[in-house]
Amino acid sequence: MSSSTTVPPTSEDSPDLPGRTATAGRARNLRWGTTTSAAIGLAALVVAVLASLCIGNRLVSPLALFDAGHPDHAVMDARLLRTMVGLLLGAAFAVAGAAMQGLTRNPLADPALLGINAGAAFAMVAGISYVGTSQIGGYVWFGFLGAGLAGLAVHLVASLGRGGATPAKIVIAGAALTAALTSWTTGILLTNRDTLDQIRAWQVGSVAGKQGDSFSTIVPFVLVGLVLALCSARILNALALGDDLARGLGRNVLRDRAVVGLAVTLLVGASVALAGPIGFLGLLIPHLVRRQVGGDYGRVLPFSAVWGAVLLVTADTVGRFVLPPGEVQVGVMTAVIGAPVFVMMIRRGRLASL
Amino acid sequence: MSAAPIDHGLEDPAGTARLRADAVSLGYDRTTVVHDLSVAVPDGKVTVIVGGNGCGKSTLLRGMARLLRPQGGAVLLDGEAVHTVPTRKVAQKLGLLPQNPIAPEGVTVVDLVGRGRHPHQSALRRWGRDDDTAVAEALALTDTTDLAERVVDELSGGQRQRVWIAMALAQGTDLLLLDEPTTYLDVAHQVEMLDLLADLNERAGTTIVMVLHDLNLSARYADHLVAMKEGRIVAEGTPATVVTEAVVREVFGLESRVIPDPVSHTPLVVPVGRHLGRPGSSVGPALAKEL
Amino acid sequence: MTAVEERPASVLVRTPPDVDRVRRARRGPRRRHALVIAGLAAVTFAALAVNLLLGDYTYTFPDAVRILAGVGIDRPTAEFILLQQKLPRALVALCVGLCFGAGGAVFQTVLRNPLASPDIVGISVGASAAAVFALLALGLRGNVVAVAAAVGAIGTALLVRWVAGGIGSYRLVLVGVGISAAMISVVHYLFTRAAVFDAQLALRWLTGSVSGAGWPEVRILLAVLAVLLPVLWWSGRALRITELGEDAATGLGVTSRRAELLMFVAVLLVAAGVAGAGPVSFLAFLAGPIARGLNAGRTSIAGAALVGATLLLGADYVGQYLIGDVNVPAGVLTGAVGAPFLLWLMARGASGRSPR
Repeated sequence: MSSSTTVPPTSEDSPDLPGRTATAGRARNLRWGTTTSAAIGLAALVVAVLASLCIGNRLVSPLALFDAGHPDHAVMDARLLRTMVGLLLGAAFAVAGAAMQGLTRNPLADPALLGINAGAAFAMVAGISYVGTSQIGGYVWFGFLGAGLAGLAVHLVASLGRGGATPAKIVIAGAALTAALTSWTTGILLTNRDTLDQIRAWQVGSVAGKQGDSFSTIVPFVLVGLVLALCSARILNALALGDDLARGLGRNVLRDRAVVGLAVTLLVGASVALAGPIGFLGLLIPHLVRRQVGGDYGRVLPFSAVWGAVLLVTADTVGRFVLPPGEVQVGVMTAVIGAPVFVMMIRRGRLASL
Repeated sequence: MSAAPIDHGLEDPAGTARLRADAVSLGYDRTTVVHDLSVAVPDGKVTVIVGGNGCGKSTLLRGMARLLRPQGGAVLLDGEAVHTVPTRKVAQKLGLLPQNPIAPEGVTVVDLVGRGRHPHQSALRRWGRDDDTAVAEALALTDTTDLAERVVDELSGGQRQRVWIAMALAQGTDLLLLDEPTTYLDVAHQVEMLDLLADLNERAGTTIVMVLHDLNLSARYADHLVAMKEGRIVAEGTPATVVTEAVVREVFGLESRVIPDPVSHTPLVVPVGRHLGRPGSSVGPALAKEL
Repeated sequence: MTAVEERPASVLVRTPPDVDRVRRARRGPRRRHALVIAGLAAVTFAALAVNLLLGDYTYTFPDAVRILAGVGIDRPTAEFILLQQKLPRALVALCVGLCFGAGGAVFQTVLRNPLASPDIVGISVGASAAAVFALLALGLRGNVVAVAAAVGAIGTALLVRWVAGGIGSYRLVLVGVGISAAMISVVHYLFTRAAVFDAQLALRWLTGSVSGAGWPEVRILLAVLAVLLPVLWWSGRALRITELGEDAATGLGVTSRRAELLMFVAVLLVAAGVAGAGPVSFLAFLAGPIARGLNAGRTSIAGAALVGATLLLGADYVGQYLIGDVNVPAGVLTGAVGAPFLLWLMARGASGRSPR
């Protein structure tokens, strides 16, 4: 089930295709060395965390966190939870996107664009409306189901058409699937005002206002997903060569895909269950990361995790004051910023097969 | 050493050629593929453009077919710049078979060939008797009359290509441009196709310009050969003058011997690689002696 | 080596041109198409009749004719309901269905991809976003919201076209997908800020519904159709040429500018439909492939228009009487049916024609 041959990107900014040459030879394409990049990433992480803790409708000193008697301690507690959610989920979405791009050999893969977010959302809305689950411990399983099935559906269906699963066809299939699922979701919500009320705050995608218990419920799933994905670097590097070549290298392609698919399902299903569908992180972070550290998934995945965390937390922080009064949820921020960047990528012809 | 563009075998250079490129530069977005190129297509003859990958031969053809706007210079058809003439009028004089034509689903052969009549019709003059006749003649010329009711999708590659040529023929033009018409065909169909085009040229006097990647077939079927490299013409003229070892070396980067084709007596290019036959085979050394 | 002695006979000698055969072969598909159109027209008329004559208030056919002719049947309530409620609603459904059907089919034909319909390329989302913005952020009500929806549809189409830099290949669709994602996000944001009752009202602008339509809407829709449908008919031949791919089309004298004009007419049709009934999910997408299926795989814009009308009339009727007193918006039904059909279509491999 290999995709049709595509013309390799010829622009000088093209992301390096992973696995093609020995990692040692990548040096000439890297903007900065790996250690420098890591240092910058970690520094950015610290700054983002501090900003998230301090900035809000009130500027609060981080010391309030440690002093239980401080008047702002509660606010700090809430912000700490919010920041942790943002860090974990930012990493989750970015890594899921990177893994999806490797799995489908598709530079346009993203949980939102490929209908996976919509699948998780639909399954959850159906679960809440018809099965009556209201605890996140319950509906997170619907999230997994929806995410997994949607991912399978898009990939299978796009690859059955002529020419195999080319990037453009997968995106179109994903858009079609998203339209279908969104229509069903809206249908359910129209007849069920209570669900609508519960859902609409969630549907926009936000890391704020989450319960500590809910967070702790999904943390194990996300962590397992992250570990699974990070350990799949070798698998992804091999898959990037195409199924036939990967088999020639001795890999069990079906099992490899299942493993990566499971990782993506866990990451997206759990994250969407908690915070709602957040898009474009999975698409854009891996691209930016590849430009800095090259195409080897051994590097792309951890750096995506770091920068995903940084950018989600930063977007959340900025959303707190960009449109006063009130906050703009992080899902809106990523979409409103991510979409133009995505569109620019298309225009610039980054995606040469199109 | 490169051969300068020579004009062998043309009775009147540039004079009566209806289709000409005049110092034309063509490209996509910001890149230029064809640089400042001038060529005159001899009327009533078969002209073949050859060259290596990326030399600009398809780009040149597309520029001549007005699919590409020139970045510099102009393509002239009957003395007028082809981009300034209303495209429908150009379509009445210039027929085109592009590289990847798309056959709509479920369309029958007569329907597809009939669409070639579009430049001669208008909203008020939708379909007339001469359209039927033109389609029938196009089908007869390409030997596809028996396929008239069939759905194009269900035909074989060779049959489909003939149908596309029939559509271009139904346009009833004096000039016909074809962009790699033989690429997806097997050898037998390639020869069949080229024979058809040669028949057309002989019988109806249609000026044919095509891009081919097979140098030997080009030498066989061309009256006028244009060899390109990196967006410029390296050699131009009859196959006998253009297909030489020097030109092949320059255009394709290939060491070769050029001998007379035993069937058609046109130049035949025989590549010289590093392995002349398999070790132990009796054929290799014997042939080598003949060269 | 001996020279070749015989040359194979020229293919030109083999068969003489057979004009009668050409005429006969052309007749076949044309006859089928005429039959399909006639059949669809009959079905559309039947759907219209069902909407008018059946339901909570039933009428006999002669009674209905008398009322419509102005003769009257001495029952003012019945007359009022037919003339002022059922008839305009049915006519709006008919007109909006024609708009979406024709518009969607033109999109799919020019872009050579059944998945490239206004619902998926982002135009419907743009209409929804504009309407929801007008409703929730600006607090507007009534006809202004419909106008906002139409403006949203046209504006999004222009934005997508401008950003994509052309209508060729997949670029347009991808840009549409990206822009839709951003706009849907804004819609969800607006939902979180509004009262839940308003939010549920706004939800209707995400699926489309015919209820609340009256004679003013009918008049506008009829006027739009009277102008745009002839334009489409006039350009019918050019449409068949654009189907052949950009290069072949230019070679035959139909430039991409012509194709863009056709697309713009289609956008106007969809905008009119959206103003009349909101972005009815999947209607524009479904009509084309169904019409094509009936016509042995060949594109038929007229057929698609009639299919659209039938589907909307049917969905509206079923939506009114399916569940007790709940009036299920037509868009939910077309969405429920359209979505599986879409997935089935993709599974069959109909995701765009590749060359050859």
